[in-house]
Amino acid sequence: MAGLAQHMATRLASRPSRATAFLRQVLRPAPDAAPVTLTQRRIYVLPTRPGLIFAVMLGVMLLGSINYANSMGFVLTFLLGSLAVVSILHTWRNLAKLTVRAGRSTPVFAGQDARFEVCLDNAGPLSRHAIGLKAGDAVGDVVDLAPHASICLGFALPATARGLLQAPSFTLFTTFPLGLFRAWTHLDLDMRCLVYPHPAPEALPLPVARAEAGSGRSHGEGHEDFAGLRTWHVGESLRQVAWKAVAREQGMLAKQFAGEAQQDVWLDWDALAGLDAEARLSRLTRWVLDADAAGQRYGLRLPDRTLAPGAGEDHRRQCLEALALFGR
Amino acid sequence: MNNLTWLLASLALAIGPHLGHMPLWVGPLCAALGLWRLMVERGRTKFPNKALLFLLTAAAAGGILLHYHTLLGRDAGVALLVVMIALKLMEMKTSRDTLVEIFLAYFLVITGFLYSQSIPMALYLFVVVWVTTATMIGYSDVNRGLAVRPRLRLAGTLLIQAIPLMLVLFVLFPRVPQLWALPKDAHAGVTGLSDSMSPGAISRLIQSDAVAFRVQFDGAPPPSNQRYWRGPVLWDYDGRTWSTRTPPDGKAPQVELLGAPLRYALTLEPHNQRWLFALELPAALPPDSRARADMQIVSRNPVQNRLRYALASHTNFRLGAELHDAERQRALRLPPQSNPRTRELAARWRDSNSGDAAVVDEALRLFRNQNFFYTLRPPLLGTQAMDDFLFNTRRGFCEHYAGAFVFLMRAASVPARVVTGYQGGAPNPLGDYFIVRQSDAHAWAEVWLAGRGWVRVDPTAAVSPDRIESGIAAALPTAELPLALAQLDVAWLQRVRLSWDLVNNHWNQWVLGYGHERQRSFLARFHAALASWQGMTIALVSAVAMLLLGIALWMLWHVPRRGVDPVQAAYARFCARLARRGITRASNEGPADFARRGAEARPDLAEAIGRITDLYVRLRYGPEPAGVEMLRRAVRGFHP
Repeated sequence: MAGLAQHMATRLASRPSRATAFLRQVLRPAPDAAPVTLTQRRIYVLPTRPGLIFAVMLGVMLLGSINYANSMGFVLTFLLGSLAVVSILHTWRNLAKLTVRAGRSTPVFAGQDARFEVCLDNAGPLSRHAIGLKAGDAVGDVVDLAPHASICLGFALPATARGLLQAPSFTLFTTFPLGLFRAWTHLDLDMRCLVYPHPAPEALPLPVARAEAGSGRSHGEGHEDFAGLRTWHVGESLRQVAWKAVAREQGMLAKQFAGEAQQDVWLDWDALAGLDAEARLSRLTRWVLDADAAGQRYGLRLPDRTLAPGAGEDHRRQCLEALALFGR
Repeated sequence: MNNLTWLLASLALAIGPHLGHMPLWVGPLCAALGLWRLMVERGRTKFPNKALLFLLTAAAAGGILLHYHTLLGRDAGVALLVVMIALKLMEMKTSRDTLVEIFLAYFLVITGFLYSQSIPMALYLFVVVWVTTATMIGYSDVNRGLAVRPRLRLAGTLLIQAIPLMLVLFVLFPRVPQLWALPKDAHAGVTGLSDSMSPGAISRLIQSDAVAFRVQFDGAPPPSNQRYWRGPVLWDYDGRTWSTRTPPDGKAPQVELLGAPLRYALTLEPHNQRWLFALELPAALPPDSRARADMQIVSRNPVQNRLRYALASHTNFRLGAELHDAERQRALRLPPQSNPRTRELAARWRDSNSGDAAVVDEALRLFRNQNFFYTLRPPLLGTQAMDDFLFNTRRGFCEHYAGAFVFLMRAASVPARVVTGYQGGAPNPLGDYFIVRQSDAHAWAEVWLAGRGWVRVDPTAAVSPDRIESGIAAALPTAELPLALAQLDVAWLQRVRLSWDLVNNHWNQWVLGYGHERQRSFLARFHAALASWQGMTIALVSAVAMLLLGIALWMLWHVPRRGVDPVQAAYARFCARLARRGITRASNEGPADFARRGAEARPDLAEAIGRITDLYVRLRYGPEPAGVEMLRRAVRGFHP
C-alpha cells in the first residue's frame, strides 16, 4: 500500500472540486499505454462509510471490554478488528494483478451517448467479485470474473461535440468481501470515440444531381433502364448485386443502370453558403444519411477534401469520418 | 439463500443466548417481526407505516420498562437492544441500513459475555461471527457470484487469517484498570453466600455445584476437618435470620499464630460481594483488603472478576484473647421473650456447670446423643423457631445447628457468634488443586472462652461427623442428594467432571483472568521490557505488521489448485512447448488458426497438433465434460 500522502492526493483527485478538476486537466499525465496490469503501487485502499461506522463500534466495544474487564469482550473486539484488517488484503487482492485494456467503442452522433468499453483480463486462478467502474459521473457495470476469464464493462458518456472524444480517466473499484474497505485504482487508458456531427433534424431534399455534359435526361427517368453488369465493389449496397450472376458462378457483379452516372449526387460544402460551419456539417451529415438510406450514390466535397461518389457502408463511414474530423 | 435469510439467521444466532434472561414475550416478538420482514420480501405484505412502527416501538420499550422498572443497566439495556434490532428490520431498506443491522448483531454477541464467558459460549461466538461475516459478504457480492458454501468458505478463510492477529492483540494489547463505574446489575445473578443466614439459605445453596473457589496448596494439604474457609461472621439474630447489621468497630483482633504456616493460592470466582475467603486463620491479608474486628476479611471493592491471591494460614491459632464490653454485649444479645423453652434449658445448663467450656460440651452432647438428624429437607419451623427445632422437629441442616447452638450459648451467657463460609472441598487429582463448590457451603459457631479467646465449635460435626470428615455427599441420605452431587458415584463421570474442571481452571486463569496484573507478570517472563505499556505497544505493532506481511505474501503467492482450469492449463503447456520451437501463438489467434499455422510449419507434427487442438476445442466449447485426462495425456506425450 502506498504512503498516506499518495492516498490523500488520490482522494482529492477522486472528488474533484473545480480547482482540482482544473489541476487534473493541466497536470494530467500521458495516458497509459494499454494494457495495464494492476500492481501494488496502483491500488489504493481506504475505509468506506460503513467501515468507519464499524470502527466506531469496535471502539465502543473496546471501551466496554476494558471497563468490564471482560476477556471474551476483548477476544471478540480483537477478532472483529483483525477480520477488518485481513479484509483489507482481500479487497486489495480482488483488484491486484488484473490486466486492464481498452475495449472497442462504436462511433456515435453528437448528442448521443458515447459508450466506452474497458476490458479486464483475469490471468490468475482466483475469481474476482463485484468490480465496478466509475468515470466522473458515469457509473458502469459491476462485474464478476471467473479464473482465466475476461470481461468488458462499459460506461456511457454524453457526446456533445463532433470530433474525437477522449475517454476521461476512470476508476475501477471494489469493496468485496466485507464492504468495510474500498480498493480502487485510477486509470487513464487512451480510449477515443469518434463523434459524427449531429445530423440536421429537418429532412431537406438532396441536392439535384449535377447534369453531366450532353445529357438531356431528367434525373430519375433512366433508373429503370438496365445497362449491363460491372464488377461489384466491397462497400456497395447489396441491393445492387446481381444475384442471378452470382448463382451462375460469374462472381460478384453489380447491376448497372442507364443514366446512373448522371445520378451521382454531390454533397457540397459550398452549396450551403449562408450557414455557419457546424450547421453546414450538420446538414451534410443529414444528407449523407439520407442518400445512404435511399441507396443513392453520392460524393462529398469539403473545402479541404473531396470524396468521390460512391455508396455502401464503407463510403458512408468515410464521409461521416471526414465530416466529424473536419477542421480538427 | 438470499441476503435477508442470511441476515435473519445471523440475528437469530446472536439473539438466541439472550432469550433465557429476557421477558418471555421478547422471543416471540422477534420471531414475528422476522417473519413479517420475510413476507415483505416475498411480496405478501407491506412494511408497517410510520405510526404503527412508532406504536410497536413504544409498546416494546414500555414492556421492558414494566418488566425491569428501568431502561438502563445490563438486563434492561440488552433487552432493549434486542427489541430495537428486531424492529429495525421493519424499516431496513438500503444496504447501509443492513450493514448497521449486521454490526448490531456483532454487538449483541459481546453483550452475551456480560452473562457468561464459559468455553461453550466462546465456541458459540466463533460460529456466530462466522455466519454473520458470511452474511456481510453477501452485501458486497452484488452479483451473487458466491453460493452458500463458497461464501461460508470465504468467511472461514477470513476468520482463520484473523485469529493469529487476534491472539497477538489479546496477549499484547496493554490492559488497563477499569475506567468508570459499572451499572448496579452488571454482575447480578451469581450464586454464593449472602451476608445473612435464615433457615433454608445454605441448604438452597448446597443444590448448586458451581465453583466457589479453587485452591492450590504449596505443600501437603491439611485434612478435611481443618479446612474451614472463613467467610462472613454473623452477630445479630432477629428471631429468624442471622446477620450483621453494622460491622463491629475496632481494629483487627489480637491473633496468636501457632505451628507451621500452610501456603496456598486461592482463585475466587466473582460473587459480587466484598468478603474474601481464607483458610482459618491467615497470617497476612490479600492485597487491597482488610480484616474486621471479627476477622472477616473484606476487600476494598466487590469481587466482580475472578480474583487470585496467595496466602499463608495457620490452622492452629488463638484469636481475640480479650473481649471488649461492647463486643461481649453484642455476642450475648438475643431477641427478648423468644423461645422460652430454649432459654430455660440454657439456664439449667448454666446453673449446673461451673465453666463456659462445660456448657459448650452440654450443648454438643445434646446434639450428639438426642435424636437429631442432618437433612437437606427440614420441616418448617414455627414462630418460636429455636424451641420448635430443639424440642420438636430435630431435623436440620448446618444453619439450623449453628444457629441453635449460638442461641443456646448466648442464653447461657457464653459469648458466641455464627461464622459462615465453606468447609472441606475436593481435590482434583488431575490438576493438583482443590475445588470448593457452593455445595461445600457451611455454617459453624464461635464461642469466646476466657483464656482461649474465640474458639471454633462446629455443632454439625456432633450430629454428622461424616459431613466434616468426608464432605456433604457422604453425610446426606442418598435420596436427598442433589442431582449434581448424586452423579459423583459413577467413576468415569467423575473423571470427566474433574477433567472439565481442569480445563475450566486453565481457561479461567489464563484467558478470563488475563488482566492488568497477569499480563505484566506473564510478559515479564519473556523480557523485562515487555512489562510496560510502551514495550507492549512496540511488540504489538511489530508483531501485527509482521503477521500482516506474512498473510499478504501468502495470499500473493499461494495459488489455490482448485481455481486452475485443467483444460486451460494443459493447452497452455502445449502452446509453451510449441513456442520453444519458435511457433508462438499470437494473443488474438484462435486455436484453429494456430493449429493450421503450426501444422504448416511442422508437417511432421500436424497430426498431433490437430488431435490436441481438436480435443481442446471440444472440451472448451463443446458440451462434453469428460476427456480432460485424454487431453492431459496427449499434451504430456507431445515433444516437438
